[in-house]
Amino acid sequence: MPILDHLWIIPLLPLLGSAINGLLGGKWPHNIVNSVALGATGLSFACALEAVREFVSEPNHQALVHRHFFDWISAGTFTAGFDLQMDQLTVVMLLVVTGVGFLIHIYSTGYMAHEGGYYRFFSYLNLFMFFMLILVLAANYVLLFVGWEGVGLCSYLLIGFYFLKKSAADAGKKAFIVNRIGDFGFMLGMFLLFRAFGSLDFTTVFQKAADPSWAHEPWGQFGTMTVACLLLFMGATGKSAQLPLYVWLPDAMEGPTPVSALIHAATMVTAGVYVVARSHILFVHSETAMVVVAVVGCATAFFAATIGLVQTDIKKVLAYSTVSQLGYMFLACGVGVFSAGIFHLMTHAFFKALLFLAAGSVIHAMGGEQDMRHMGGLSKKIKYTYWTMLMATLAISGAPLFAGFFSKDQILLGAYTIEGGKPLYAIGLLTALLTAFYMFRLIFLTFHGQQRYDEHHVHVHESPWSMLGPLVILAVLSIFGGWLALPAFWGGPDYFANFLAPVFSGGEASAAAAASEAAAHSLELPLAGVAVFTALLGFAVAFWLYIRQPGKPEAIAKSVGGLYTTLLNKYYVDELYAAVIVKPLLWLSTEVLWKIVDVAGIDGTVNGIAHGTTSLGDTVRHTQSGNTRSYAVWVVIGALVILAVIFLWPYWSAARPVAGMVR
Amino acid sequence: MQTIPMLTILIFLPAAGVMGLLCLRKDDHEWIRRFAFVVSLLELIASVWFLLAGVPLGSNGYKLEEFHQWISLGPHLDAPQTWINYHLGVDGISMFLVILTAFLTVVSILCSWKSIDKRVKEFFIMILLLEVGVVGVFLSLDLFLFFLFWEVMLIPMYFLIGIWGHDRRIYATIKFVLYTMSGSILMLIGILWLYNATGTFDLPSIQLALQHGGLVLPRSTETLLFLAFFVAFAIKVPLFPFHTWLPDAHVEAPTAGSVILAGVLLKMGTYGMIRFCLPLFPDAAKRFATPIAVLAIIGIIYGALVALVQPNLKKLVAYSSVSHLGFVVLGIFAFQTVSMQGAVFQMLAHGISTGGLFLLVGMLYDRRHTFEMSQFGGLCAPMPQLAAFFLFVALSSMGLPMLNGFVGEFLILLGTYQVHWNWASWAATGVILSACYLLWSYQKVFYGDITVEKNRTLPDISTRERAILVTMAVITLWMGIGSTFFTDRTASASQAVIDQMQRPQHAEEAIVPAPAKPSRPAPGRPANATGSAIAPIASAAPRPNSLERLGTR
Repeated sequence: MPILDHLWIIPLLPLLGSAINGLLGGKWPHNIVNSVALGATGLSFACALEAVREFVSEPNHQALVHRHFFDWISAGTFTAGFDLQMDQLTVVMLLVVTGVGFLIHIYSTGYMAHEGGYYRFFSYLNLFMFFMLILVLAANYVLLFVGWEGVGLCSYLLIGFYFLKKSAADAGKKAFIVNRIGDFGFMLGMFLLFRAFGSLDFTTVFQKAADPSWAHEPWGQFGTMTVACLLLFMGATGKSAQLPLYVWLPDAMEGPTPVSALIHAATMVTAGVYVVARSHILFVHSETAMVVVAVVGCATAFFAATIGLVQTDIKKVLAYSTVSQLGYMFLACGVGVFSAGIFHLMTHAFFKALLFLAAGSVIHAMGGEQDMRHMGGLSKKIKYTYWTMLMATLAISGAPLFAGFFSKDQILLGAYTIEGGKPLYAIGLLTALLTAFYMFRLIFLTFHGQQRYDEHHVHVHESPWSMLGPLVILAVLSIFGGWLALPAFWGGPDYFANFLAPVFSGGEASAAAAASEAAAHSLELPLAGVAVFTALLGFAVAFWLYIRQPGKPEAIAKSVGGLYTTLLNKYYVDELYAAVIVKPLLWLSTEVLWKIVDVAGIDGTVNGIAHGTTSLGDTVRHTQSGNTRSYAVWVVIGALVILAVIFLWPYWSAARPVAGMVR
Repeated sequence: MQTIPMLTILIFLPAAGVMGLLCLRKDDHEWIRRFAFVVSLLELIASVWFLLAGVPLGSNGYKLEEFHQWISLGPHLDAPQTWINYHLGVDGISMFLVILTAFLTVVSILCSWKSIDKRVKEFFIMILLLEVGVVGVFLSLDLFLFFLFWEVMLIPMYFLIGIWGHDRRIYATIKFVLYTMSGSILMLIGILWLYNATGTFDLPSIQLALQHGGLVLPRSTETLLFLAFFVAFAIKVPLFPFHTWLPDAHVEAPTAGSVILAGVLLKMGTYGMIRFCLPLFPDAAKRFATPIAVLAIIGIIYGALVALVQPNLKKLVAYSSVSHLGFVVLGIFAFQTVSMQGAVFQMLAHGISTGGLFLLVGMLYDRRHTFEMSQFGGLCAPMPQLAAFFLFVALSSMGLPMLNGFVGEFLILLGTYQVHWNWASWAATGVILSACYLLWSYQKVFYGDITVEKNRTLPDISTRERAILVTMAVITLWMGIGSTFFTDRTASASQAVIDQMQRPQHAEEAIVPAPAKPSRPAPGRPANATGSAIAPIASAAPRPNSLERLGTR
């Protein structure tokens, strides 16, 4: 049975796992629960591998595989099928999601071993896998939206996993609602695409979009394509935590650490990048949209990195780092090097998942402590964690030959070579400097220097192998994962980009980077040199501040007090949103809409009419006085009125013929 | 004509059940409940069986029609004899509404099992009578009959809220009845006017006459008639600003009353718009589409915002209905096949999900005798199952894909967007707001620490409650994933409404004043000498007492 014809089996397995654990797992011991969960994910990973094998061994492996399973929604001219598809982009996403997902499942069996709600956790985690796989396998926007919303739901459930804690419940809710704001844009984008192309199937939309002769321009000059892309991108900024909708991701760290690694680093948050890359044919037709994507990505990368400089919670640093790295991916898409963006998505999935899992291992070792000010000197005590985390740090900082080095270089190269991209390049480079700094700051604060915790209270211990195993595998991937692009560095073929070429050929051809490939090639080495130097600089500064002069950071913080507190308080964006949007909205709803419009206005009017009727009745009642003579007067008045009507009627009706009278 | 009068059985089976209940002893509560339950279950089985078989996939027009002359009205216009007819029929739209009614009646009987302990016999009699009225409304094809059932439905509802309701029940029930009555008076005038002009109460005949030019309405008359019907339905929906009866009625009604009120009674309003306002007065409907859509959008946003700040959980759900029904009205008045399909679907989905929400709120009330959210908090710990179901239903209500709420909302917005992108964009903000009010309330009720000591020992759902909730959850999933089962069956009826709105325009351009024949649409309206008077249709209209037209459709 070729899996390629039964692609549905890949997402269905985790769904089954989720249902079984969710419905029955409550009474089961841990090992049965995690066998079900791991079995489902592992089988799904195996199926994905087999499907990919079949896909690449197809004689015509350039072509996209499309399978229709059943009609999901149909009304009038609109149909959305449960259609799955597989192309090169899907292959990358599929392997990242199932592979990294499987590793994180293994890790979770160790990490969550002592937590309550074990079955609930794995049920949610499997459910997440289901929706994420639907998202990457979907062959139309509506089905993609199923995954899109579904992962948001799982994110909500998992962030709020410790629902007794108010901050966790708040964070989950915030994540869902902020994502919904993005989804609002995404939905409108779909509506517009349907209006323009009459379908939401990827194949149809992209075919028609690529055809220059299509002529449906309801917005004239501005262009359907631009509006549609910006609306889709609005969804992407929500899901992938970009400006201005990034605020939920740092708060999402309230969830258990494996969740942060899987959902808020490796997979779900990259969905926005995936959508932009998937819709690249639309984006490349709109210069405005591309510029917006690049600028938003670049700005977010820098903005989040600055906040990351001063955070003291180990997971918060990683969260802002994720926001920042996602910005890089959007920058790549915006400057037209989509394959570089996806490449960075993949390498980022390796090293950021590793960073989070290692951070989880640190937290585990410290008995729940997350504040780096209360750590220090851990490198000797938790060696495996230290070394694996160091590999990931080198990868994200762009140390030569590590995974992040290649992908980040490709992005910066893309930004440098595109027309007018120099400022983007400069900011990207500056961000790389900041990245190296805050990552080594994290390493030094956590693992080096003085021990800043009380050994009597904290019993530091290395994590079990169920947690270390995934760390080691991810460390290997963080080191070698970028080597796919290694030959290209010396002028050879770029395997990764070539593999994705059938998907992106339409889009990247138009990018400036490809036009001057030769020039780009000669630039590659010098630019890489600059990047390495920048990373070294970031490392050196961190080394100097946190190893050589441990008192210095505090002094600096004091001397630039205002800037420091602004950064520490994340530019007060949360407070701003609360003051400008949430509070006025609640005030308006309570004080104006509910109390004035509803209760006083409409109900007041209705009750007023009721009271009026009562008092009118009261007044008229007095005519029924029981006095015969007053009745006689009424009779006379009535008779006069009737006579008047009878005699005056002809004149009146002649002047105005009565409409609507039946013959 | 089939030999078994299936639709009559569907309407009067609950009435027969009432007769049976009357024979039972007053204090024999257990048997009263069981009997009512069996009757409602039989009704459900019968409705599914009869209707799914009776309305074949892809069929057009009304099926399972029953036609009998009922009350003689003497000569009118050219006809020697006119009648109020007992005319029933079902199409793809009313079919599911009847099934929904039957289903929610079963649910409301089950959910009242324990919570109703005074005047038990009367309670179940009222529930079954209510079912008679509602099913009758959905199946009537005679305007008079429709009106009759429309009013019949009011009486049991009046008592349900007034007797078994909560503290302010008298205020709420009078408000409910007066609001509805003021609308129905207008509708009654409209119905009488139509009879006066056509000599029949028969909906298909009037529709045919209007469509084929047998009856031509001047613009102002059409407007007035449209408004008379529309206001009656808008109050029922309820459309902003006619909605203020709803929160009171819901909060005071017993759970069963709320479930049926939200689940099906509100749908009578939107059903009326689809069945009467659009096909009978298409031009007026088009003229008023923009203001109505604006009211619907205000309702969507306004209902959601007010729901957001309610401290009372049941009121919150009530206001959310205002918001959701706004989507339905918007979908109807966008005049698109896609959005019409979405509206019909949303009517069904809302019945299940909001019915479910009221059910869950009622379960909380049974345990704590309050709706105030400040009295709850942290309920996840003592009642994990109820919390899980609540979340599930809330998610379906906020339109999570793969659950039932999504399909309707999506189709409505998608269809509306194709012609009015700005309407759809405004309405789509409701998607954000629904997540806000549902998640906020969910957090207040179920997350966090337990603040009220009494809540610590609340029992989780019972087997009976679980049975209801599981059934609703299964239907929710089924509607969300297998939506085509429903949309395929409502497709031709929805399309028919859109088609019926296509009417020959510009009376002046009509060359041949051909009398309308039922079998062949006239090319245009007959030219009219005075321009203001209405052409009598008695000669052109099909004889109300002949069923020839049935063969032609």
